Amino acid sequence: MRKLIFALCLALSFAATAKEAAPLVADPALEKRVMALSEELRCLVCQNQTIAESHAGLAIDLKNQIREQLAAGKSDAEILDYMVARYGDFVLYRPPVKASTLLLWFGPFALLFGAVVFLLLNIRRRRNALLQSPTELTDAERARAKELLEDAPGGTQA
Amino acid sequence: MVKARFLIPLLLFLLLLILLGVGLKLNPREVPSPLIGKPAPQFDLPQLDESGKAKSFSHKDMLGKVWMVNVWASWCVSCREEHPVLVNFAKSGVVPILGLNYKDERADGLRWLAQFGNPYTLSVYDHDGRLGIDYGVYGVPETFIIDKRGVIRYKQIGVLTPEILQKKILPLIKELEANA
Repeated sequence: MRKLIFALCLALSFAATAKEAAPLVADPALEKRVMALSEELRCLVCQNQTIAESHAGLAIDLKNQIREQLAAGKSDAEILDYMVARYGDFVLYRPPVKASTLLLWFGPFALLFGAVVFLLLNIRRRRNALLQSPTELTDAERARAKELLEDAPGGTQA
Repeated sequence: MVKARFLIPLLLFLLLLILLGVGLKLNPREVPSPLIGKPAPQFDLPQLDESGKAKSFSHKDMLGKVWMVNVWASWCVSCREEHPVLVNFAKSGVVPILGLNYKDERADGLRWLAQFGNPYTLSVYDHDGRLGIDYGVYGVPETFIIDKRGVIRYKQIGVLTPEILQKKILPLIKELEANA
């Protein structure tokens, strides 16, 4: 009997499974674009987060602003321009390449290039120094080496 | 000369120290505003204090004057620190100070002014922070100086100190007043 009730309960419980979760926003496609765009923008309150990640008041306002403007039919570029006009290039996580950002964009590569050149020159200089040094020992050096080997503790006493 | 080579790493290290030292002095929160040299954003907003005759206020009412915009809110802790400086500055009556009450509740804002004194010629009420976005506000308090033609000439992010007023703002105002 108990087994039967248990089986019945189990069977009935399937009928109680949840419906598909309702979407959290009215327009998921729009929301996707909002999120994509807000990932390009820096939250100026918490500087190392995008406004997509941030829950600062300003980030939420800016997300609303993006949503509104997208809904009004503005293009992504127009909205980015709108943000740059107010907050400067610093809001962009991918700053534009221009005279003032050349160092930012290419500085690391210049540094790497410099380091590689330095390394190669150094390797070549060392190799040349090795090649030029005499490879054969002179008689005097040979005698000195022998003397040292024999004096050393545990040295060859042959 | 060859002997001095061992000093090179030391010199490089000192150079790095200087670089890092300068970096420490900079304030990463002070992002240069692209709005300097641009016309001040247009607005027509309700006043914080609606008891007066005019209920709203527009940027056009300030044309022909050098004026200051100070962004403040009752929830902003640094604004309280800045407040006495502003009250003092307002007493000197050099320029009109327009308060931009940012993302605040009207009652809280009015209570704040009643409690600590009101340095503002008037305050406009920007409840949803839209005008704040137009002004590129991200850290209250912020202060702008706007010239007679309605162009933003200076932006201060963070608390106004008597030093900043004396060294930067007053000379700038004098210069802007002299220009037609």
